Amino acid sequence: MVYVTRRLVQSALILLGVSFITFVLLFVLPADPVRQIAGRAATAATVENIRAQLGLDQPFLIQYGRYLLGLIQGDLGRSYLQKTEVAELIGSRLPATLLLMAAGIVAELILGLTMGIAAALYRGRALDQALMMTSFVTVSAPQFVVSLLLLYVFAVQLGWFPIGGYGTFAHLVLPAVTLGILGSGWYARMMRSSMIEVLRADYIRTARAKGLTRARVVLRHALPNAILPVIAMIGIDIGVFMGGIVVVESVFGWPGIGQLAWQAIQRVDIPIIMGVTLVSALAIVLGNLLADLIAPLIDPRIKLK
Amino acid sequence: MKKLLASTALLCALAMPGLAQDYTPDPAAKAGGSITVTYKDDVATLDPAIGYDWQNWSMIKSLFDGLMDYVPGTTTLRPGLAESYEISPDGLTYTFKLRPGVKFHNGREMTAEDVRYSLGRVTDPATQSPGAGFFGSIAGFDKAGPDGLSGVEVIDPLTVKITLSRPDATFLHVMALNFASVVPKEAVDAAAGDFGKMPVGTGAFKLQEWTLGQRLVFAKNADYWRAGVPYLDQVVFEVGQEPVVALLRLQNGEVDVPGDGIPPAKFTEVMADPAQAAQVVKGGQLHTGYITLNVGMAPFDKVEVRKAVNMAINKDRIVQIINGRAVTATQPLPPSMPGYTEGYAGYAFDVDAAKALLAEAGLADGFETDLYVMNTDPNPRIAQAIQQDLAAVGIKANIQSVASANVIEAGGAGTAPMVWSGGLGWIADFPDPSNFYGPILGCAGAAEGGWNWSKFCDEALDAKAVAADSLSDPAKSADRLALWSDIYQGIMEQAPWVPVFNEERYTLKSDRMGGADALYVDPVSIPVNYDYVFVK
Repeated sequence: MVYVTRRLVQSALILLGVSFITFVLLFVLPADPVRQIAGRAATAATVENIRAQLGLDQPFLIQYGRYLLGLIQGDLGRSYLQKTEVAELIGSRLPATLLLMAAGIVAELILGLTMGIAAALYRGRALDQALMMTSFVTVSAPQFVVSLLLLYVFAVQLGWFPIGGYGTFAHLVLPAVTLGILGSGWYARMMRSSMIEVLRADYIRTARAKGLTRARVVLRHALPNAILPVIAMIGIDIGVFMGGIVVVESVFGWPGIGQLAWQAIQRVDIPIIMGVTLVSALAIVLGNLLADLIAPLIDPRIKLK
Repeated sequence: MKKLLASTALLCALAMPGLAQDYTPDPAAKAGGSITVTYKDDVATLDPAIGYDWQNWSMIKSLFDGLMDYVPGTTTLRPGLAESYEISPDGLTYTFKLRPGVKFHNGREMTAEDVRYSLGRVTDPATQSPGAGFFGSIAGFDKAGPDGLSGVEVIDPLTVKITLSRPDATFLHVMALNFASVVPKEAVDAAAGDFGKMPVGTGAFKLQEWTLGQRLVFAKNADYWRAGVPYLDQVVFEVGQEPVVALLRLQNGEVDVPGDGIPPAKFTEVMADPAQAAQVVKGGQLHTGYITLNVGMAPFDKVEVRKAVNMAINKDRIVQIINGRAVTATQPLPPSMPGYTEGYAGYAFDVDAAKALLAEAGLADGFETDLYVMNTDPNPRIAQAIQQDLAAVGIKANIQSVASANVIEAGGAGTAPMVWSGGLGWIADFPDPSNFYGPILGCAGAAEGGWNWSKFCDEALDAKAVAADSLSDPAKSADRLALWSDIYQGIMEQAPWVPVFNEERYTLKSDRMGGADALYVDPVSIPVNYDYVFVK
């Protein structure tokens, strides 16, 4: 309990730091949000008036203080250009992002675990080497390239999936696979080493000695033990995915917060950029916390201090 | 245009319904049907006081009406919510008679008080409207606030009188801008700051459904005051769709109009395929792409250098880069704009003459400078062509390819020696030559942060511009356009810009779409006039 409280306080501090750094970066940005609002025909007086209304004429610390004060009250502010509450904009798009992330996790587990188990069973042989080579490629491939490749091959050429958009399960497949491919390499390597370790354990030899089939030994005895430490990593994935969704959502036209952030960045809509950054940071912090809390449940040897 | 203004002369001090010409309904038009339109960027707002984007401009036109309007597919003014109007002989008072029985989407009847409220709202600094500046000629604009404009008076429920502080020949165009749309106060108040997501107007369509970031559905307004339109029962807008994806979906029969047109990368492919080329619609656009030369920064403070740069640029080659989707420009105004000077030659491409002028300016060895450009295709490629052209006369231009907001910032602050306007270029707000002057070439726009990125300011030309826009007597419209033609030639003598090309629009429509081509490349209801298109 003490541990959880301490971690929550740490998380709050991290979020505070993230908000400060983002705010500084947006403050020094060589682009003026007021110009974007005021339009091209605005007079200098109009521009200054809008600047004063938004409080953007104030010194940095006052601007940041005001933002924090709002944040503590749960107010993310209003979009400069859309005039809508940022919380509402993010809220309306968050379900799409969460769905995509959940599907991405499923995709990376299916791909990664399969690759890892197969590699472990054929350790040292050609299949193992091929799979480990593949995992290198998937970890290093830029998502922008992967998403366009998948789109071109499976949507444009083969016509198996819709070309971007949102709504049905078919729309979900390609963006989820794009997200999943990146993580699958990590999982393949984790799963492989974990599996190899378990397969060397005494109880596996005992099971084989009892005369059980190889399939039964792998599925019933080895897999459940080998998979646990791997599963504990999922919390950390959320952070990795938060970076990927901006690209993947933009390419596939997926109406989530990544796309929202991308469009806001182009228009210097600071409240939206701040809001999405903080929500993403919150997700990463919570994801890591979750991963740490789950770890001792899976492996009692790990103690939280 | 001349025809229109000449005919309005007859209307002076004499209320008459209608203008010179109006729309002739398409005999083939059929009511009913639903169409799907796509856009890449999300719709930020449908508030007519705020919306100023490509995708929401004609959407707002379909949801709202102003006192004035345009004949569909043209730049000819016609009355909108005003049934008729009178202009006082001094050009300072406009009295609009409103159409009786016009209803907002919420069922309430529109009155003169709504006009007063709407003009007060758009000019109130608290609204933060990007269009507020257009209403500068209305009396009381300087003191605009929550109480509205002193120059807008309600005479009776169907009569509104607008007094100007100076004659303004463009005033009827201003009354046709989206920003001048009439909105019901109760709906604005009820939306509590979110009118842009809950729009209520008098327009041909009403907003039926909006899933943020995904789709919007417009439903036909059965009570629309213009008889017979709209034809469509429904328009579905899908946002967040890349233009390339929209094109593929059009070929699949899932999309009727890709709102962003033909993506540049696909242009040659589309035009080479007869089936697709048959679906292409081409139209002019009130647009000019230009290079600004900052007259406040050496060596562009020398007119010889600016002229030399004008002569150094091979405009034909730049037009080729965008697959010939433009015509080369000689002057700031596009050819379809009234006041355009036919036959004006401008500066022809001549490398030797450019070198000679540079030598005259004492820069025979050339110089080094920066060219700012927006970082989306095809602009960096165009910047490279400009760079090569300049290199041929000894000028070394370093390309600064940055995001649009950063180009605007550098241009406005006056720290950019040269800016290529592509992606940010001027598309007219209304079809009148004055719209190309004030903000981008006049002294007002040359202030810190303004859109006059050349920082060019000629007091004499400014005075001439004021004189031209004071000629609001329609009988003098020819004189006025002649004056504007002089002004733009005067500007070119000082060469603060290199006018490069005037873009033409190429878009697509599915085979089932009907209606004149002009409706799909409407110069005012940009990009598509949803009220008049139909399904065959």
